[in-house]
Amino acid sequence: MKGISYIVPLAVAAGLSWGVSGTTAFAGSVTGYQPVTQDRLDNPGPADWLLYRRTYDGHGDSPLRQINVDNVKDLTPVWTFSTGVVEGHEAPPMVNNGVMFVTTPGDQVLALDAASGDLLWRYAPKLPEDLFQLHPTNRGVAFWGNNLYLATTDSRLIALDAKTGKVVWEATVGDYHHGEYMTLEPLVVNGKVIIGTSGGEFGVRAYIAAYDADTGKALWKTYTVPSPSEPGGDTWNTDAWKTGGGSVWITGNYDPKRNLAYWGVGNAAPWPGDLHPGDNLYTSSTIALDPDTGKIVAYHQYHQNDSWDWDEVRPPILINMTRDGKTIDALVHPARDGYLWVLQQTDDGIKFISGKPFVYQNAFKSLDPQTGRPTYDLDHKPVVGKTVTFCPSLWGGDDWTSSAYSDETHLVYIPANNNMCGSNEGVDKKLLVGQLWLGVDPSTNKLVPNGQHIGELQAWDPATGKQAWMYPFPNQLFASVLTTAGGLVFVGGTNDRMFRAFDAKTGELLWQQRTNSGIIGMPVAFQVGDTEYIAVQSGWGVDAQRIQNSLAKTSMKLDPDEVPQGGVVWVFAVRHHN
Amino acid sequence: MLGVAYVLAAATRTSLPARADDPPDAARGMLAQVGDQLVAFGSEDGGAPLAVSDIPPHSDVVLAWPLDTARRVARNASRLNLIILMHFDPSSLSGPETARAANGIVAFTAVCSHQACWVTDWLSSKQLLQCPCHQSEYDLRQGGKVVSGPAPRGLAGLPLKVADGKLVVAGPFTDRVGGQKL
Ligand code: FES
Repeated sequence: MKGISYIVPLAVAAGLSWGVSGTTAFAGSVTGYQPVTQDRLDNPGPADWLLYRRTYDGHGDSPLRQINVDNVKDLTPVWTFSTGVVEGHEAPPMVNNGVMFVTTPGDQVLALDAASGDLLWRYAPKLPEDLFQLHPTNRGVAFWGNNLYLATTDSRLIALDAKTGKVVWEATVGDYHHGEYMTLEPLVVNGKVIIGTSGGEFGVRAYIAAYDADTGKALWKTYTVPSPSEPGGDTWNTDAWKTGGGSVWITGNYDPKRNLAYWGVGNAAPWPGDLHPGDNLYTSSTIALDPDTGKIVAYHQYHQNDSWDWDEVRPPILINMTRDGKTIDALVHPARDGYLWVLQQTDDGIKFISGKPFVYQNAFKSLDPQTGRPTYDLDHKPVVGKTVTFCPSLWGGDDWTSSAYSDETHLVYIPANNNMCGSNEGVDKKLLVGQLWLGVDPSTNKLVPNGQHIGELQAWDPATGKQAWMYPFPNQLFASVLTTAGGLVFVGGTNDRMFRAFDAKTGELLWQQRTNSGIIGMPVAFQVGDTEYIAVQSGWGVDAQRIQNSLAKTSMKLDPDEVPQGGVVWVFAVRHHN
Repeated sequence: MLGVAYVLAAATRTSLPARADDPPDAARGMLAQVGDQLVAFGSEDGGAPLAVSDIPPHSDVVLAWPLDTARRVARNASRLNLIILMHFDPSSLSGPETARAANGIVAFTAVCSHQACWVTDWLSSKQLLQCPCHQSEYDLRQGGKVVSGPAPRGLAGLPLKVADGKLVVAGPFTDRVGGQKL
């Protein structure tokens, strides 16, 4: 299947042009690589993890059941690998036929033998000296054919040969001098590599764009903030659309039946809503795109005129659901705004079904029963010139970290933060192109915990709108969730450095393992030979650390230096006792 | 290994003198060179070189790019090249800042020594310069030293002089320009 030959000690990637730079170091090489086809993406084998959430519907759920509620207590580390990189390790370890591809902050890619932990190659792009990385992280590589696709913090899209780590092509997507950057794993559909840009914090006008997977040719680009002449352009009352944000920094989901790609869109820039009057489409929305053309076919805005930094960048989870006796194509989104939204995709567009807070939320007074449009409590909507307190905090009920949906229990598992409000005072400042532009006075930007626990792993039945169980953590919970057919829910995310497994039905804690650092990465399940493995990166940083720093300044007095940095890939299995 | 390579590259660039036959793009990428004038951020295309009178005393920081006077190009191709200017009462300056200032105007790199954000927020109540990214605070009257926050080093200073009423770079940066590498 796959052999390793230790022949080339070090090689430098061939430069295709002046702009191409980076090094690939070889420890071995990949042989017998299995190319990734559309069929493999549509119907991923149980052993692999080929998409950000394993499947296009975004479930984050593995059909593997060798590791289960009965034997998970015997789960033990099989191998670990230190990445040699600090800051936030958020990427899922992607697995194709026994080869694991891991990305790190600084946009490095490591190819590892998924069973043994042997390093096969490492790609380290040369990032510009003058790059400022507001979010020094990367969320993984995508697959197509024999290539991997990497989106970088200096706004390049790079295709690598999966067998060697050598650059196949690279495209400049945006200008990092203007604050455009990328941290997301690309989405590949039918030979098109689809990415989105970050940079709302720098006042960019964000977009989603597609590139030809084989050649790197730019195919289409759709702004998430329309110009005045485009549909939705009339939801911006001033010129604020030009710097309107609407960042896209989490991988979209895809519905092959309708050929629609669902993407989440971030908040409007800068934060206070009075600086960009209007509803501000398509910020804090989900949009459904035709992946062939980039045309926006449908949308739903969760909340208009965002003022809280509530990005809604995660795409909705696509769930075929029976509700009130009818089967519907549901779109389920546990939102940063603290509401669990259930929408329905119909042939006429996206319909609102229900919205219910899953954490304490004081910004919405009510929802329109037909459209789901919230009415605001203006006392809790940040503005320029006044300190406003609001719940949940800017990190929301669930920030970028993904919930999982189990096909066995039919429950959605949400990594939530409750009892953590925030406050700030807006300031109207001129944008300096390339400079951070949040629109708030940083000295007023605070967390306000209410003295109870904060983190909550919550299980919800999206069909009934009822919470099945909740497991509390004393401090923040900041990591994506994995479910498996073994009846398990896996999540890290706490500042005690634990990785945990829960009973998906009852919420009982079944297993935990302390790791080197804190886990903000996404866990995955895969199989090599006869063995099921669970993998996750431990490497604390970025927003989990920012919450730590902010909570340190509150009555909770957390130690800001409590969680050491430095990334390690952890791989676990259950040892068989014959 | 990579980190070392980056540091060496930065050091080389800093110490390289400008050469008349450098192509314009190379000139645009260079840090401020001795003899450069300065041009305000945002008006680098054809803006007039900054004069003493363009930096009002005791108000806010002014952001500027170095201006290659031979080629008349602003050195704005790299974020590392941005400079901040502030006009103080000369008698309020202390230590090395006294010698580096011109008529009370001080110049520093705008690049935070933490993670290379631009340090642009003048806190008039504290009389300190704050980085918007992780709130490191620097005292410009005292050589740009760190007062609080995660920044590991002070801001590198840039000696100034006045020639024909214009601000001119009088010496190289006092320290390495740039943030920590990840
Ligand atoms: S970049 Fe300035 S404090 Fe972090």
